[in-house]
Amino acid sequence: MKKSTKSAIGIGAVMGMGIVATAMASDIDKPSISPKTMADALHLVMDSDRAIYTKKIVNRLVKKEKVIKASEHFEDNKALVLPAQMFRFGAELVAKRAEKLDDVNFTYSLQSLWPINKQNSPVTEVEKKGLKFVAENKGKNFYATETLGGKKYFTGVYADTAVAPVCASCHNEHKDTPKTDFKIGDVMGGVVIRIPLGS
Amino acid sequence: MFAYDIFEAEDKSVFMPGPMTSGHHQIGLACTACHTDTLTSDEDIQKACVDCHGEDRKKPFDSHPVNKFTDPRNAAKLEKIDATKCVTCHTEHQPDMTAKNGVTQPGDFCIHCHEDIGEDRPSHKEMEFNTCNSSGCHNYHNNRSIYTDFLLKHRDEPANLAKNKLPKREFAALLDEVVDYPRQQYPIKQLTAADADAPADIELSEAGHDDWLQTAHARSGVNCTACHMVDSSEGEQKIWSNNPDHTVCEQCHGTEVERFKKGKHGMRLKVGLPAMTTEEARLPMKADNKHEQLNCISCHGAHKFDVKQAAVSACLDCHDDKHSLAYEDSPHAGLWEKELKGDAPAGTGVSCSSCHMPRISFDVSEWSSRIMVDHNQNATLSPNEKMIRPTCQHCHGLEFTIDSLADPLLVDNNFNGKPSVHIQSTDLAVSDLKRAEQERLGKQ
Repeated sequence: MKKSTKSAIGIGAVMGMGIVATAMASDIDKPSISPKTMADALHLVMDSDRAIYTKKIVNRLVKKEKVIKASEHFEDNKALVLPAQMFRFGAELVAKRAEKLDDVNFTYSLQSLWPINKQNSPVTEVEKKGLKFVAENKGKNFYATETLGGKKYFTGVYADTAVAPVCASCHNEHKDTPKTDFKIGDVMGGVVIRIPLGS
Repeated sequence: MFAYDIFEAEDKSVFMPGPMTSGHHQIGLACTACHTDTLTSDEDIQKACVDCHGEDRKKPFDSHPVNKFTDPRNAAKLEKIDATKCVTCHTEHQPDMTAKNGVTQPGDFCIHCHEDIGEDRPSHKEMEFNTCNSSGCHNYHNNRSIYTDFLLKHRDEPANLAKNKLPKREFAALLDEVVDYPRQQYPIKQLTAADADAPADIELSEAGHDDWLQTAHARSGVNCTACHMVDSSEGEQKIWSNNPDHTVCEQCHGTEVERFKKGKHGMRLKVGLPAMTTEEARLPMKADNKHEQLNCISCHGAHKFDVKQAAVSACLDCHDDKHSLAYEDSPHAGLWEKELKGDAPAGTGVSCSSCHMPRISFDVSEWSSRIMVDHNQNATLSPNEKMIRPTCQHCHGLEFTIDSLADPLLVDNNFNGKPSVHIQSTDLAVSDLKRAEQERLGKQ
């Protein structure tokens, strides 16, 4: 008798787990996250990874331990990839991997009102407004929708801040920079995250 | 039905809508190399382009890779010029509008994205946009040897550098890392005449046998059957072949053969067409060799595999253009002669292949690279600035090299003399640097 009770409990537990699993499966595809929340979450990951690479790899090895340089021409100069390049390479890989995944087909880029490479200046009206907004309103993000190439997008713009001395010094010293007085903590540009909206 | 016929017909030339570019004419009759389906879409064509050219269309070899333009923020630019598709600038079968390197865009195409370059680079203010590419200063794709910081890094170099040697090849040194090498069957060891393992019923050429004994093959355990036993079309058993083709070579020299099949010498083999003959070439070729087929042994010779023969004589046996004919009287040839005579160290001579089949560090797998001879001689041929880093810079300063390559007379006479033209790129880079420094000082 004792034995059969154990079996009954065991079966019940298994059935219960089955019910939980079924309920979760039906929730998985339920639209419960707004484009803004998704962009905020994506930015949190990007910004954290970027800060870690800048502080723990570039700033540590270049400024503190002085064992290697970071260079825009990292292959030619056998140097570390610049934080902005690291970010951009990630964005390019994401774009390539996401292009066949309609549900997650987002893009992101690093732009600035004071870009070293002029191709990274804001292009769309939303980018121009957003970069100006995050530069003038420290700690605030900018959100909008825009239509590009006939498709509608949610666009989030987030301040890109000099998190380490090396951010400000490298930009200030670059021969092509239009601004030479960045300080740690300054907004140097912005991360633009774009999520396609259904038609 | 019409489309079906294109793919099934034996002679497809009747379906050719127009002559092809020099880049593709050899494989013109392999329609399916590009038109992969009867109703080929733009995406299919793009995929066909990338299948052959994709590896060069990435950074740092390409300044404008497709992934630079896929972000939606570029939608307005792409409406002016769709930089995500190769055919936007390289349309085939259009000889009347095709310029050098198969370009079918007007020469001022840079204006679409860089119209305000004068603000960024004051030195460029008065320049016409059709000079960006034609001036010797910029290429749309490969700018590895002419980008601004590279010019600045190598400014003030003398015409002839103190270091003047080609890097050593690394195949033998890194053989242990070649995973697919058939070392079980053919252990790496010196073979003698008695070791030759050709079947008893095969009539051997004494000269061939003696030649083989002198080669790296015999020194490394590569026996007769390693090359002469080939896959049979009738069964699984290998059979003896007196004339093995490139598929035998690629068992051990896979990367070399792969690169060979990407260049003009081997591209027909890649798409399953018979090997190219010199008779079919568009460049001037010697008439007495017009039936010469292009495969590995055309240049390397069977059994001898003499790389010195392959480096000059093999080229000059066929090529009959001004540049080739001028080689023997050139300073480069003089250095090659000295090396051959033992009067100069190995690697200081300049053969045809020193420049056209450069020794490059090549990624032979995802995790390793080795210095190898690039058998794709077209990889660095045009625009010729692509030759600077893998070739010229072993011995020459950058500015001298850029000027030399931009001088058509010097190219024709095989670099016998000094350049009579001067490309401004380094001057402009220096003046922009000075301007930036002045501005900085002014702000302080």
